[in-house]
Amino acid sequence: MKLLGATVVAVESGSKTLKDALNEALRDWVTNVDNTFYIIGTVAGPHPYPAMVRDFQAIIGREAKQQCLAQAGRLPDALVACVGGGSNAIGLFYPFINDESVKLIGVEAAGDGVETGRHSAPLCAGKPGVLHGNRTYLMSDEDGEVIETHSISAGLDYPGVGPEHAWLKDTGRAQYVNITDTEALEGFHALTRMEGIIPALESAHAMAYTMKLAPTMRKDEIIIVNLSGRGDKDMQTMAKREGIEL
Amino acid sequence: MSRLATTFAELEKTGRKALIPFITAGDPHPDFTVPMMHAMVEAGVNVIELGVPFSDPMADGPVIQRASERALAHKMSLKKTLAVAAEFRKTNQTTPVVIMGYLNPIEAMGYETFADAAKTADIDGVLTVDLPPEEAAECTALLKARGIDPIFLLAPNSTDERIEKMDALGSGYLYYVSLKGVTGAGHLNTADVEQKLHQIKARTQLPVGIGFGVKDAETAKTVAALGDGVVVGSALISKIEANLDNPERAKQEICELLSSMRLAMDSVGA
Repeated sequence: MKLLGATVVAVESGSKTLKDALNEALRDWVTNVDNTFYIIGTVAGPHPYPAMVRDFQAIIGREAKQQCLAQAGRLPDALVACVGGGSNAIGLFYPFINDESVKLIGVEAAGDGVETGRHSAPLCAGKPGVLHGNRTYLMSDEDGEVIETHSISAGLDYPGVGPEHAWLKDTGRAQYVNITDTEALEGFHALTRMEGIIPALESAHAMAYTMKLAPTMRKDEIIIVNLSGRGDKDMQTMAKREGIEL
Repeated sequence: MSRLATTFAELEKTGRKALIPFITAGDPHPDFTVPMMHAMVEAGVNVIELGVPFSDPMADGPVIQRASERALAHKMSLKKTLAVAAEFRKTNQTTPVVIMGYLNPIEAMGYETFADAAKTADIDGVLTVDLPPEEAAECTALLKARGIDPIFLLAPNSTDERIEKMDALGSGYLYYVSLKGVTGAGHLNTADVEQKLHQIKARTQLPVGIGFGVKDAETAKTVAALGDGVVVGSALISKIEANLDNPERAKQEICELLSSMRLAMDSVGA
């Protein structure tokens, strides 16, 4: 980010996670609204950001559809993408929403396991709530206080999710599943060793679910997995987790 | 007539402006709040805004954020905030109490359950920072049916259309956020506020309370001349924060600040 010319400011308030960074960004924006644009890197937040970001991200799905038709001569059978705020997933899903033969599968971060409470899976284990200007599935306690999330991947470590995913869940058009930290690491290693592609820890969740899904499908069926990021950024996390000295 | 309407009508008769303190319920301790509310009434305030602590207070500056954190550390909640208000009401039947907070605790409780609970606690107004008028119809109707005033926030960049929308939906008073920023910011521009108040007053009969940058008797006096009420929050909570080891001293300093504001405000055009 610094190479690209950005000034990076660390968040010191609240629980010092992604949600607190969003709070700070909103506070800065209302203070400097005359000369500043608020831009969020996901499909959550106040209207019209979720729709705007979806429209930009939808290039993923449009290209995937075009390439699949060109190379396989037909639509894929399933799409798999990780979901934190949900931008890469909605980008892949959106151009396929009306193609009802295509299964849409979003993979949330189960962290230590959904049953432990230490996770980031609002679609699988949250309930409707309001945070950051959108009403969607949210992880909050019985008093409505937002609870702390956990995931090995920083990009999925968020208590809410884009409202369009909430709609896709409620209408049944998309299915949302979850993958634990440990399972995500298996996906990470498998793709690295077998394909020489190091996925981001976020995308490793999608990979790990695909490894569960594929054996349940026929060999001539097609799955598209969204590798939404590279794992270079996760080298320090991985080294720490696996006791490797860099 | 609601308690808020009565309060503003009576102040208008004597040419005075409302002094409206904001404190966060349960800060620094749940036992502190009710006596603090009574003491503020003694110091001359007209309406009390009682903050509901929230984990993600997006519109608040660091001082009120920390107040929320201290209150949440004592497990303060929307339910317990209503209990605080009900306790205050036992010995004060005249001072309006406005609950101010964020939408998610109300969502979690359920709109209707909340409206009933607010009625039971004899709450006079509800100000929900992140409930825009476009989404407020359901909640507003439930509150109004129980005689509770829904209060909306206007900002320096609110358009005529939006002011009219809030005028139609809101009651009790409108809250004008006097600056672009979060609570407790320090760059209130009197000329800008005056100009905006002309625009707002041309579009509403409701009283307008002004807040977000009021720090001392001097700013309170200036702001009082521009609207119908002066809201002060962070400046009070700073006193709590500076005296965490001595809540009694915090209470005393808050009352001294409020008394000085009262005096300065009442010396305007009387």
